[in-house]
Amino acid sequence: MEKTVNQKAWFLVLPVLLLVAFSAVIPLMTVVNYSVQDTFGNNQFFWAGLEWFEEMLRSERMWDALGRQLMFSGIILAIEIPLGIFVALNMPKSGFWSSFCLVLMSLPLLIPWNVVGTIWQIFGRVDIGLLGYTLDALGINYNYTQDILAAWVTIIVMDVWHWTSLVALLAFAGLKSIPDAYYQAAKIDQASRWKVFRFIELPKMMGVLMIAILLRFMDSFMIYTEPFVVTGGGPGNATTLLSIDLVKMALGQFDLGPAAAFSIMYFLVILLISWVFYTVMTNLDKREG
Amino acid sequence: MAKITLDNLAHSYLPNPGSEDDFALKELNHDWDDGAAYALLGSSGCGKSTLLNIISGLLHPSQGRILFDGKDVTHAPTAERNIAQVFQFPVVYDTMTVHDNLAFPLRNRGRDESYVAERVQEIARMIGMEEMLRKKARGLTADAKQKISLGRGMVRKDVNALLFDEPLTVIDPHMKWELRTQLKQLHHDFGHTMIYVTHDQTEALTFADKVVVMYDGRVVQIGTPEELFERPEHTFVGYFIGSPGMNVIPARIDGNKAYVNGSYVELAQGYKPLDGKVEIGVRPEFAKLSQTEGLPVKVRRVEDVGRHKIIRAEFFGSDINIIAGEDDHISADMNRVTFDPTRVNVYANDWRVNGEAA
Repeated sequence: MEKTVNQKAWFLVLPVLLLVAFSAVIPLMTVVNYSVQDTFGNNQFFWAGLEWFEEMLRSERMWDALGRQLMFSGIILAIEIPLGIFVALNMPKSGFWSSFCLVLMSLPLLIPWNVVGTIWQIFGRVDIGLLGYTLDALGINYNYTQDILAAWVTIIVMDVWHWTSLVALLAFAGLKSIPDAYYQAAKIDQASRWKVFRFIELPKMMGVLMIAILLRFMDSFMIYTEPFVVTGGGPGNATTLLSIDLVKMALGQFDLGPAAAFSIMYFLVILLISWVFYTVMTNLDKREG
Repeated sequence: MAKITLDNLAHSYLPNPGSEDDFALKELNHDWDDGAAYALLGSSGCGKSTLLNIISGLLHPSQGRILFDGKDVTHAPTAERNIAQVFQFPVVYDTMTVHDNLAFPLRNRGRDESYVAERVQEIARMIGMEEMLRKKARGLTADAKQKISLGRGMVRKDVNALLFDEPLTVIDPHMKWELRTQLKQLHHDFGHTMIYVTHDQTEALTFADKVVVMYDGRVVQIGTPEELFERPEHTFVGYFIGSPGMNVIPARIDGNKAYVNGSYVELAQGYKPLDGKVEIGVRPEFAKLSQTEGLPVKVRRVEDVGRHKIIRAEFFGSDINIIAGEDDHISADMNRVTFDPTRVNVYANDWRVNGEAA
């Protein structure tokens, strides 16, 4: 049978094309556009070539922010992934308490980000915040507006509080999918608790953990609202992460060109790290298979 | 190796079992002889796996005791019982090689590496996986994985018993036969006590010296394959074993005659008057179509299965199966059936009744 050629079918893809164009392609192209031009106001633009990119690559400010950003993502991943697994392992497997834990753990995930920031901003205040006041009363010198370490600890603990649940829920889903027979066989084989974790639970969770790591990496790498609400990037520039710096540059100083070049590089870094991570993990998978 | 004794054993999955119906496994007393090969046969959900898990200690019984060579192990953990068990679906440790999988139970017991290597080689040869020892277990086919599971079960020489929970369900038919033969060989060579759970009668009858038939949480008969075939103690055994199963026909017994809808069937023995639901059971092998003698039947269909023919017929409104020889001619006017009187069993309330010599 001859296939009929009907180009009208393209109309069916049109809505999606429009949507993607307006939500992603056009904004991205605008950024690209800004990144290669200079302006002196009045809506007049001049071709600048790769000047902004070169300037940004030489800018100490950007490298510092990138360093802080990598440190932040590294620390929260190192805490949230093991902690999430630990929580998932210790959750009740079924029954009322299992559902109860699930709901309880979903709560932080349901809170809007700026509210999370506000909660911790107040929580940590030495004058009226429960945490800040208590620590102060205990004689611990804690003040996140002046002390760099205190500021870092605060935003890290906040992120751990906000997002460990996500890792735990994913890990729990992975654990739930392990058939009972595996645990029974392990008992018959006299495997220790550690070996059960190492050879049964961890391999079976690998898939979801990979997703958890990717999600948490990408999310933490572009985090803005929460630390901005708590510390505003301070004290000094101590908690000025990449996105905070970017917003400062683009909207605070209105340096559209450099900010655009900066954000394109930012985007490429995220893409690159995610791609490397994903490729390494899937290759690991294949080699074992 | 050990003799395993079940003493008043019963199990319920409910916290406070009341009536007998609450028990997944009803009260049971039985000795599993040291070194014998048993098959535990029954339909799904009859309590076979429950019983197996109680023996291996994965499950603790609600009541009763379990003894290994007279020593009470009812509350002993699995590890102390030194039992090997193979499950229905393959369990392999994905990230380990085939070799490490097989070595796992030995290493966990702290055996030295030279012994481990030797045993693993031996088992690998037995399950035909010598070539694959260096491969990761992940990505192997389901039956290769199940062979590893079987191998892990057999790698320890000193186990008290080897338990198999429908281990060949996922295996290809030709491999099934081969593995079953190897299991028998293994039993022959090492004399482990083996308990083999299955719902496949062929598997049970070919594997075991003794077959334990379970029905609705109860052991209804323990016997050799011949006994189960010739003298089913319960209508379920008759129905479950044989292909097709035994014909069970409601009847009224008077002395050495069984009345079915006014006509009668001769019995080899006489019986006292029986109460309750009375039935006679005749295997299709011992029923015969005839033109002249016997009770009326209406032949519906003849199935030629190769070795013999199965005749599906209607007998006073209920179904009856008759087996005829490969070369027997079935003609349209054969509308009567006769039974071999010595092969007719009588059942009252589903349990077989012994007759008195006529």
